[in-house]
Amino acid sequence: MTGSVAMHMSDGLLNPTTSLLFVGVAVVGLAVATAKARGDLDDRTAPLAGLVAAFLFATQMLNFPVLPGVSGHLLGGALAAILVGPWVGALCVSIVLVVQALVFADGGVTALGANVTNMALIGTATGFLVATALKRFATGKVGLVVVAFVAALVNTVVASLGFVLEFAIGGDPAFSLGAVTATVVGVHCLIGIGEGVITALTVGAVAAVRPDLVYLLRGTTRPLELREGTPA
Amino acid sequence: MSAVHAHLLHRPGNTPVHRLAPQVKVVAAVTGVLCVVATPRERFWAFGLYLAVLAGVWVIARIPPGWLAARALIEVPFVVLALAFPFLAGGPTVEFLGLRLSEHGLLSGWNIAVKGTLGVLVSLTLAATTTPGELIVGLQRLRVPTMVITIATLMLRYLDVIAAEARRMRIARICRGHDPRFLWQVGATARGIGTLFIRSYERGERVHLAMVSRGWTGAMPDQGQPAGRRTWLVGLIPTALAAIVLGIAL
Repeated sequence: MTGSVAMHMSDGLLNPTTSLLFVGVAVVGLAVATAKARGDLDDRTAPLAGLVAAFLFATQMLNFPVLPGVSGHLLGGALAAILVGPWVGALCVSIVLVVQALVFADGGVTALGANVTNMALIGTATGFLVATALKRFATGKVGLVVVAFVAALVNTVVASLGFVLEFAIGGDPAFSLGAVTATVVGVHCLIGIGEGVITALTVGAVAAVRPDLVYLLRGTTRPLELREGTPA
Repeated sequence: MSAVHAHLLHRPGNTPVHRLAPQVKVVAAVTGVLCVVATPRERFWAFGLYLAVLAGVWVIARIPPGWLAARALIEVPFVVLALAFPFLAGGPTVEFLGLRLSEHGLLSGWNIAVKGTLGVLVSLTLAATTTPGELIVGLQRLRVPTMVITIATLMLRYLDVIAAEARRMRIARICRGHDPRFLWQVGATARGIGTLFIRSYERGERVHLAMVSRGWTGAMPDQGQPAGRRTWLVGLIPTALAAIVLGIAL
């Protein structure tokens, strides 16, 4: 709950010019992501991306405990970037956000551009860049889990900085930017830890069963393991 | 959360608002909210007029206000944020019931609360009178790229399947004594999400094969009807009223 509340901006937080500016940013970003996603998945793009988007939507309904009485849910930017790559990931997260705004009234329609920019574009891009930069540590199970944790934590905090940027351009000038930044980033550091833990464990679980599905692990080959001994 | 209200937002009906072409409704809603957001916050009367216009739409669409109020609760966190502003912002202050409140903060809080609430009410009206499928057709008629439309269609179609799968997995965990209270007990939930991803992805592969074997060519058939000039004119009346209010307020 905390995650969604903190990050889906409502109408009225940003002035119309800024809202429209970020609609433009989101449209350009999405166009690039769409073009690149085609290259990642060829003709299977649409069905697979549709199911991945449904998966992301469904995971946002799963609440996990943070402390007694406080629960959070996954935002999924870094998870999508690590599992299906930045392009398909950004596309899926954007579509989830658009559908949430139009069909479920979650997040303002004029803030949609800014929301897509933060969570889908900045979120997946940061998550993927961090994960790629740390890729050489992602050998073995523990390494991959740690990389996924760091990527999701950094992704959440940087996405919240996207909000700070938007608020600096088109927010209410009555507030000192320092205080807004401190509050927003502070809250998202906490959210990011939860996001990181659950992203890391999820990626670990997928890599244990179908490592071929983890986009981050593409191109790495695991040496064949021969286990000798009598089967139990 | 979303699972619960997934199907509660649409109110089936056969009013002129329900029958209006979805592309007109999407355009009307988005431009309407833009008008609200563009209104200077000191024009208190303008927001009342916006609400009156919206109430007119509710009368035509036969949506009871109580139904909307219950679903507008999604806004509560932002209202709480807005209530905090008068205590946080600086600048000149006013006395109210012995509390020192910042004038800037009061105005900012009002700004966010009123615009956010009107935005949610417009979104709820759109969702109440339009099925998710119709909304996608509307976006298709508005020339949203084919790939985005296809992904969104498949997502909405399989959302219930995946959500039900997630629910079954949760019940299975609870049946086995799963009762997490702290973040470090999240392991089973996370492994469940991992399994859910694998099952979704593999289902995607099967769905793709099934689609190809039934003649899939890469684009959804266009199910919408073009809206005539008259439909656009009639459908945009509430938005035009909002634009007039904005024009006076500016």
